[in-house]
Amino acid sequence: MSSGRDVFIFSAGKLHRKHNTLYFTDEEGKSRPLPVEQTENLHLFGNVDFNTSLLHILTQHDVRLHVYNHYGYYDGTYYPRNSRVSGYTVVRQSEHYLDLSKRLVLAKAFVQGGVHHMIRNLRKAGEDTKAHIDTINARVVLLDNANSIPAVMGVEGQCRQVYYDAFTLLVKSNFTWVSRSRRPPQDPLNALISFGNGMMYTTVISELYKTMLDPAISYLHEPSSKRFSLSLDIAEIFKPLVIDPLIFSLVNNRRIQSKHFEDTDGMVYLNEEGRKIFLAAFDEKMKSTFKHRKLNRNVTYRYLIRLEAYKLIKHVIGDETYKPFKAWW
Amino acid sequence: MSIRGIEMHYYAVCKRKLWLFNRGIGFEQQHDRVEEGKVLHEHAYGRLDKEINIDDMAVMDAVDGEYVREVKISSKMEHADRLQLLYYLYLLKERGVEKKGLLSYPKEKKTTEIVLGLDENMEVLKALDGVQKILEGNLPRYRKLKVCAKCAYRDFCESGEGGDDV
Repeated sequence: MSSGRDVFIFSAGKLHRKHNTLYFTDEEGKSRPLPVEQTENLHLFGNVDFNTSLLHILTQHDVRLHVYNHYGYYDGTYYPRNSRVSGYTVVRQSEHYLDLSKRLVLAKAFVQGGVHHMIRNLRKAGEDTKAHIDTINARVVLLDNANSIPAVMGVEGQCRQVYYDAFTLLVKSNFTWVSRSRRPPQDPLNALISFGNGMMYTTVISELYKTMLDPAISYLHEPSSKRFSLSLDIAEIFKPLVIDPLIFSLVNNRRIQSKHFEDTDGMVYLNEEGRKIFLAAFDEKMKSTFKHRKLNRNVTYRYLIRLEAYKLIKHVIGDETYKPFKAWW
Repeated sequence: MSIRGIEMHYYAVCKRKLWLFNRGIGFEQQHDRVEEGKVLHEHAYGRLDKEINIDDMAVMDAVDGEYVREVKISSKMEHADRLQLLYYLYLLKERGVEKKGLLSYPKEKKTTEIVLGLDENMEVLKALDGVQKILEGNLPRYRKLKVCAKCAYRDFCESGEGGDDV
């Protein structure tokens, strides 16, 4: 099984190929080789020069190249030619989008998986969050009767609102928390959530890419809303499972502090140092393992996302009804 | 319907795998054991013509004089390997070329001669009919077989949520 790693490049410089090896040369002219054979994803945060011979070697080794903008937000990906194409799967995926009752089943499942992990985070914080949990539980049952996608989205929004309201109880630091703000985030916590959710999104894209699913056909989010909207759907389950606990731990242990943010006219972003700390913790988390109940062996969190994609394929081809992943511990 | 050699092989091993592979839902890529087979293939028969294509339907490992050769890592699925090779011989015969087959397991230092006689011809026709029926039907349900342990499709087949739903 492929167990590639993610390589993050923060500095400006040049990526180039020499013979069959990949090198990164920084601005001081210091050159170091990158293990292209063991790399699965290359994330460029700095301003990096490269040419097509680099793309050739990435294609040879099936490495994806993700580009992020100045603020650390995802811009796009270079994908090597994909040979995992199944027209049959895409047709069945579309069928589950076009038939509203089938689409609702999947849209609701993604919300249920996500909400399960939100409640899990609240429960771990102790007694103080009991009222929030009760409210979310009361809201999430409304999913049963939701018979349109906006209605499902509405329930999801309400649950998330209550969840975010409890954030002051989950974060023990001097960071203030008012509410969720995006594009741009207005405070450090929001900046962390945005950055973390973006990383989860690209991670899901990378795993979807290894399957036959078409990442553009989605159920909870409208397929037209973003190019890889299926990634947004699946990320719903994993954001509260992976990203939020990571944020609580980094902030509560004071590993990430005010000095790790930049504030430009009320737009707050993680600086390079802050991104490095976050990404190191994120990478470690995605590589960590737990015993999978069904496979009966240890799997990484990253591989867990691939398994989620497999389950979705099984659902659309009529093999086994999809159940979202719900952490049971 | 055009059936490839690998599909005949899968037919003898696992009907579910055959069905999935035929619809482009294959997991051979990046699977260590499949890689191992590829390496073995590249190193075997250095001096022979390799990967002989029969009308885009079947790619034979190599042709050596009067023999079509097929090389495999282990003889654990010999019945399937044999059917695959018989199928190549059958396809060639349909095109007026008569050959015999050699099935090799270099790791086990074992080679078997395969001949397409009347019985074997019937066997291929029967299998082709079986393949057709599987592919026309629904995806065969998963049931655990001995071969699942080393199958590239295993995680796909066994993915799912075990235990009680919370």
